[in-house]
Amino acid sequence: MLKQASTVGARNGRPRTISAGQQALKWISPAGIVLIFVFGYSLISLFTQSFRYDGKWVAFENFTLVLTDPLFQTALKHNFYLLFTVPVMVFLAFLLAVTLFETRRGMSFYRAAVFLPYVLPIPVVAVVFGQIYQLRGALNIFLTAIGLDGLAQDWLGEPKIALGTMASVILWKEVGFGVILLLAHIISLPSEVFEASRIDGAGFFRVHWSITRPQIMNTIVFFSVIEAITMVSWVFNYVYVMSNGLGGPGDSTLVSELYIYRSAFSNKAPELAAAAAVCLFLCTLLLVVAFFRIQRRSISGTFGR
Amino acid sequence: MSITRRGIHGSLLGGASRYLLLTFMAATALIPGYIMFVGAFKTQADFLNSPYGMPASLSFGGFRSAWTDKFPQWLINSFVITTGSVVVSVFIASLAAWGFAHFPFKGRETVLGVTVSLMVVPPVVLLIPLFQVGVHLGLISTLRLVIIIYVGLMLPFSIYMLTNYFKSIPNSILESASVDGASPLRIFRSIVIPLSGAPLITLGVVNLLWAWNELLLALVFLQSNEKRTLMVGITGFQSRYSLDIPTVMAGMSIATLPLVVAYLFGQRFFIAGLTAGSVKGE
Repeated sequence: MLKQASTVGARNGRPRTISAGQQALKWISPAGIVLIFVFGYSLISLFTQSFRYDGKWVAFENFTLVLTDPLFQTALKHNFYLLFTVPVMVFLAFLLAVTLFETRRGMSFYRAAVFLPYVLPIPVVAVVFGQIYQLRGALNIFLTAIGLDGLAQDWLGEPKIALGTMASVILWKEVGFGVILLLAHIISLPSEVFEASRIDGAGFFRVHWSITRPQIMNTIVFFSVIEAITMVSWVFNYVYVMSNGLGGPGDSTLVSELYIYRSAFSNKAPELAAAAAVCLFLCTLLLVVAFFRIQRRSISGTFGR
Repeated sequence: MSITRRGIHGSLLGGASRYLLLTFMAATALIPGYIMFVGAFKTQADFLNSPYGMPASLSFGGFRSAWTDKFPQWLINSFVITTGSVVVSVFIASLAAWGFAHFPFKGRETVLGVTVSLMVVPPVVLLIPLFQVGVHLGLISTLRLVIIIYVGLMLPFSIYMLTNYFKSIPNSILESASVDGASPLRIFRSIVIPLSGAPLITLGVVNLLWAWNELLLALVFLQSNEKRTLMVGITGFQSRYSLDIPTVMAGMSIATLPLVVAYLFGQRFFIAGLTAGSVKGE
């Protein structure tokens, strides 16, 4: 293997395509085997199962059952509502990133502080916030102390606001990741860009909104996509812990992941869970495609390319 | 949203409002961690009286009752799973990334694109088929199966990040080595890996955070109490010790400590590494 490797390596510039492929295969195959097992096998098995019941072909019956289930509709609706957190999160991350960029003194402290929530385990975050949001928890004690008793709520017990409360926890945890990503990109931009506009006397936020934002658009889109996917398919941990696995009060915080988990393991209906999982998967794909469409348009719009 | 116009002369006022914003955000970010950590040293009565204050007197009752039962075992399980999956994923991802970065084979962009796009597959989608395989092979409640699944889920991002980084290594360095007759394996071992300290550590920390914190798969695949991870274990704390918040907070503090240590250790490399991975991806 070593000898063969060296013959190709010796003409590193343009090795023949076939031998390059064979070479690459050796390096890629360990990862490839794991990926084929975890993703390839699972996805194929999932799709075939979603069309069967008790081993028999039932065409779209599982899908009809799942899509007409009011609980699944509620769950999807909640995931959809959670998507509205993303623009808020992206704006906040941008605001914090440019503010940190302009800050000299204490920058590393503030940066570490803002990033810390992203490092904490979600179950821990969910439990601690569960305590803070109790009826007699830290938040309500604080609100009463500063004379805003009127705002005190049963944050997680009131069905109307429980989902919003949960969204605030997700926002709190995820925004630091965006700050780091955006800040890293802003720092790597050539500094002349900012100098020129400052001499023109443009304001702090205006400079960054009209000059920095288009420059780091690809990172903004990257972060938005990641967070949109999170909202649709990776909020199980928060919901499971904060509602003790129930998605309550009532079904006010039920999300599609919890629906799939419960169908498969509490209701022992893996076929329905598989159909629901396929729907969720397709939603995720749709979202990604939509985002990249928007990105292409907005980038060509900004640079006239 | 209002666009404030300050200009260079308004920088003093601007500076003050910026620090106000940052301080508010930093406080919001730090307070829950503070409540958790300080709460762990309180008594229940103390906690209910003042969740914000310092403890009236240091109480270790919370830690004592948290550290019972299977807690040490859960901690060990989390260590084994996290270490195993991080080491394996970083190792085989760096091999694959070198394969993608170094050999311009036909269809490379397609294979790489498909691999990277697996990042968007929700883990819950894979749950049911993998669980059935696990039952079939008798691997439910074994750490092995969970490690393999974690490795699989970490690979797409790992390969993406390392391939981008390896591609950014100047060709002149690699070419001079291959003119000397070094094989791809030699180049990989003695040039590429030593040059990639920061991204490898960053990736290690990112994967470590993910594996240590994962709940859904651990919940499903590790059903016997002895095999639970710390995250699954402490999730049950909340209902079990609902009248003993300090115990809950103490358990949470212990579960968080390894992450804070890992973060402080990896922080130096973190930003440089993340930048190399995400921004140069264009």
